[in-house]
Amino acid sequence: MNKLEVEFAGVKFKNPVTVASGTFGFGEEYGEFYPLSELGGICVKGLTRHERQGNPPPRIAETPAGIINSVGLQNPGVEGFIARYLPELKKADTNIIANISGNTVEEYAEMAEMLSEAGVDMIEVNISCPNVKAGGLAFGTVPESAAEVTGAVKRAAKVPVMVKLSPNVRDIAEIARAVEAAGADAISLINTILAMRIDTATRRPILKNNTGGLSGPAVLPVAVRMVWQAAAAVKIPIMGMGGVSCGDDAVQMLLAGASLVSVGTACFADPFAPVKVRDGIAEYMEKYGVSRVGELTGAIILN
Amino acid sequence: MALTEICRIIRNERIAEGVFDMRLESLEIAALASAGQFVHVACPGYTLRRPISVCSAGEGELRLVYEVRGRGTAALSKLLPGDTADILGPLGRGYPELSGHILAVGGGIGAPPMLGLAASADLASAVLGFRNAGKAILIPEFESICARLEVATDDGSLGYKGTVLPAAEKILSEENISAVCACGPKIMLKNLAALCAEKKVPLYVSLEERMGCGVGACLVCSVKIKTADGWKYERVCRDGPVFAAEEVCWDE
Repeated sequence: MNKLEVEFAGVKFKNPVTVASGTFGFGEEYGEFYPLSELGGICVKGLTRHERQGNPPPRIAETPAGIINSVGLQNPGVEGFIARYLPELKKADTNIIANISGNTVEEYAEMAEMLSEAGVDMIEVNISCPNVKAGGLAFGTVPESAAEVTGAVKRAAKVPVMVKLSPNVRDIAEIARAVEAAGADAISLINTILAMRIDTATRRPILKNNTGGLSGPAVLPVAVRMVWQAAAAVKIPIMGMGGVSCGDDAVQMLLAGASLVSVGTACFADPFAPVKVRDGIAEYMEKYGVSRVGELTGAIILN
Repeated sequence: MALTEICRIIRNERIAEGVFDMRLESLEIAALASAGQFVHVACPGYTLRRPISVCSAGEGELRLVYEVRGRGTAALSKLLPGDTADILGPLGRGYPELSGHILAVGGGIGAPPMLGLAASADLASAVLGFRNAGKAILIPEFESICARLEVATDDGSLGYKGTVLPAAEKILSEENISAVCACGPKIMLKNLAALCAEKKVPLYVSLEERMGCGVGACLVCSVKIKTADGWKYERVCRDGPVFAAEEVCWDE
């Protein structure tokens, strides 16, 4: 077994580095920089049952060591994705993780069924998008509704189900336990942190949507803390994300309890960031004599 | 095709109020870039790159003329010859291949990409607009390559007082212009679109929007583009930045 290989919720990943939903489109663009087979997996741009145009621009603002965005789930809809993008993605030797957001529990289930049949490797259930009015975050902040969505997707899906959690909650452990009890095969966290930036000259928020989700290096310590708290609460594996930009950031996530990491905003600064993160993990393992990356998961030594 | 290149800075000088002229050594990106494309420049200490139009590209050298808009571009303006800059590019769809007499219209920091465009045309004329004489850039260079050049300023401190429109209209009436290419404030582009529609001359405009990845993956730099049954969002960074003016929904 390759020392970077990870078995995650029954799916084999050649390395623990994936790319985060919404930062990598459907792989077409970054696939021009390096073969997508370099990656452990791709969490594709968030999908909804039907095509969505998303929020009006501006949709992005830079903040200290990060960005806030309010794309609002612009996507071609599940059918559009399956017809136009999935065939090409499937040719790449990497795991395809479909990220879904629904307006209703039924929509989530329907999408999970369609995508399972279309042949994705895993489904990531987005109950944590801060940028849409219906769905998304509305499902992710209350344990009962998070569990209800998870249960419905689980019954409809034929592939492993991972639930993406929001940091905008009172108690991350409570939500993590609720989705685990409802049958989730894995969890991913964190989605973006609800944020705002104001242009003082005009006194208006820069984002047309007023608020957006914060990501990038600024959120890494929050994400590491929440992954650590979630890992203590559940037995299912965790994909850790939030501000990972280099190998050391990724190793922090693994030590906190993640089995996989996802690279997002770092791609905007450097298209090669996911590949460099993977190489950085390998260098760390070499330096500290770690023979299998799985040994790092949860290997934090608390004070 | 885009790539990343660590480029040595040859010069980075202030040429007008808040405007800098940066020359970079570039073997690869300079060879690939065409008029209207942009590069995404890493600003030391900032998360996002800054999209900057290519002013000109040739013989191992990339020229970027940019305005200091905020802290990122301010950091960029502090770089010295001999320092390096991390450049991603060339990106986006530039101006189409055009023949005949082209009219280039540049407003403010929209002027630099028009220089490369004018240089690549068989025959070009230009109209440039600036806030005032202190903000005016690249005028001698446009003069040396353009059949006709008109300059307008908001306060009349250079050229005539007013917008680029009257001069554009005059040149369109007097010359046999095959296409107009423009870059500048949205209101200028919108008014120019109305003028070119009336004169039945094709207009290509370079649009701007706050940008993330620059390669088309993150969908933040969306702009409304007309479709047969309404509109859709397209990406300034990938589908643009140059669009045919009649495709653009101007009233957004």
